[in-house]
Amino acid sequence: MTAIPRTVRGRVWVVGDHVDTDVIIPARYLTTSDPQELARHVFEDLDPSLRERIWPGDIVVAGVNFGSGSSREHAPIALKAAGIACVVARSFARIFYRNAVNVGLPVLQCPEPIPVQSGQTVSIDLEAGTVLDEAGGRTFVAERMPDVMREILEAGGLVPYVARRLQEREASARATG
Amino acid sequence: MAMTLVEKLLADHSGRREVRAGEIVHARVDMILANDVTAPISIQEFYRMGARRVFNREAVAMVPSHFAPSPTIQAAANIQAMRQFAREQDLPYFFEIGRMGIEHVLLPEEGLVVPGDVVIGADSHTCTNGALGCFATGMGSTDIAAAMALGETWLRVPETLRVVYYGRRKPWVTAKDLVLHTIGRIGVAGALYQALEYTGEAVRDISMEGRFTMANMAIEAGAKTGIFEVDEVTLAWEEGRARRPPRIFRGDPGARYAGEVEIDVSRVEPQVAFPHLPENTRPVSEAAALGVRIDQAFVGSCTNGRIEDLRLAARVLRGRRVHQDVRMIVIPASQRVYRQAMAEGLLDCFVEAGAAVSTPTCGPCLGAHMGVLARGERAISTSNRNFVGRMGHRESEIYLASPAVVAASAVMGRIASPEELGLTEKDFLEVAGEAA
Repeated sequence: MTAIPRTVRGRVWVVGDHVDTDVIIPARYLTTSDPQELARHVFEDLDPSLRERIWPGDIVVAGVNFGSGSSREHAPIALKAAGIACVVARSFARIFYRNAVNVGLPVLQCPEPIPVQSGQTVSIDLEAGTVLDEAGGRTFVAERMPDVMREILEAGGLVPYVARRLQEREASARATG
Repeated sequence: MAMTLVEKLLADHSGRREVRAGEIVHARVDMILANDVTAPISIQEFYRMGARRVFNREAVAMVPSHFAPSPTIQAAANIQAMRQFAREQDLPYFFEIGRMGIEHVLLPEEGLVVPGDVVIGADSHTCTNGALGCFATGMGSTDIAAAMALGETWLRVPETLRVVYYGRRKPWVTAKDLVLHTIGRIGVAGALYQALEYTGEAVRDISMEGRFTMANMAIEAGAKTGIFEVDEVTLAWEEGRARRPPRIFRGDPGARYAGEVEIDVSRVEPQVAFPHLPENTRPVSEAAALGVRIDQAFVGSCTNGRIEDLRLAARVLRGRRVHQDVRMIVIPASQRVYRQAMAEGLLDCFVEAGAAVSTPTCGPCLGAHMGVLARGERAISTSNRNFVGRMGHRESEIYLASPAVVAASAVMGRIASPEELGLTEKDFLEVAGEAA
């Protein structure tokens, strides 16, 4: 998994409240887990033309409860594969939030609404957890992620994080065994 | 320090004397589940983590239920991957098609999850198991892979929102109506990051099956889990079923809650959730007055595919016919439910009324197969979600209701209450759950 950059600057797509996993990636495509295949259908039931307009490095700015519904990890996988660099939302559904971190898709929870429009640009400092609305000139501060999640993100996702823990376990078993 | 029911469960499973909402704990897990949509990624990530064996072969259940029996070659390949993993790891709980059920119905029914467990599953409706006094929550595939390797998972201890039910239900008001009403009250993000604890004198009157329905939909309010305290109804249901001894946890008096919502159930009517959110609820009388015509009626899913649900739908359909413009689909949620329904003559009643009956599958609920909607079509369904495109075309619509309201609507060809068909309180009590 590629390391996550510290800063992201990109064009924004604004979506509303309660954007659920069924519109992020409809269940009819869930027989595949191929990221590129999933990316082709991202947001299809929200706005069928949106996928063609998303470019790598774009940022999603959402309202409350982003990613509600299913536990399908295909949702953050599809967003990441479509090139979405970060999702900023007023709140996230908890399974989606956790999945995003696990697969290495940066997510920021900013409770205050960010008054940007689709097409405008924001600059995000993932380390500091801030979002600068370039047109409005205001900076918004995200809620701090729990330490365990930061460690997972820094490790490059849950797979390398657990791989390390398993190695530690084996090493200590050898030492004591 | 006084702890909530959920804090007690998580303290126990993380080897702590006490934990407080907001803390992160590493909790031991008693049961892990995955289905044919989520398991393929879990299996792949499990091996990518460098893991070789699951931590406990008896604590991992694999249930092919979503795209099963397979409608496509790719779906078949996913189930094949699960089957192969189950063999490699020598898992006793892989449930083959024809011997399976929808995971959240099957596992409690088989006694594989028992009161006091921490259960995690790669499916958002894993919270269903909270009906048994478990801490049960959905996660993604990679989290499940990690738990299969480590035998534990990290969890933020949630605050608890208590919903207190009191009063006596009116006829034709089911557990589904209570949970829809609750979501209508608090909203689809009303319990975000929190545990929903269903309590109060009126929950004692709710059968185990009804409790599963209510816990199932906790996620539809954003909750991490939906939970009931274990009582005599739970223990009676577990009798002869639980494969491990149940453990009973109770919240302490004086524990700190995030809030309390009181619901007088005597004032709740059967509910219908309008498109496209489960919180868009209205009383059935109001919905019926709008004359909403329907194309498809579905009774099934992990929410309402249990035997009591089928009894209720059959009672409404008995001696009646599904409207000529409606196709009705009935799917028992497990093989055991299927056989029971057969023995009781319910399947006969459905087929006689002109409904299609299928082997257990999640198919229609998520627009996978067996009942996908075309553009402009409307369905009334006993499932849990009415999101845009959930059951098919993005310009189709889903209305959520109880099995009784779905069956009555199937007969009328529009959203309707059982009372419109002349059904009475006596008819309802004939089939309502023992505890109702």
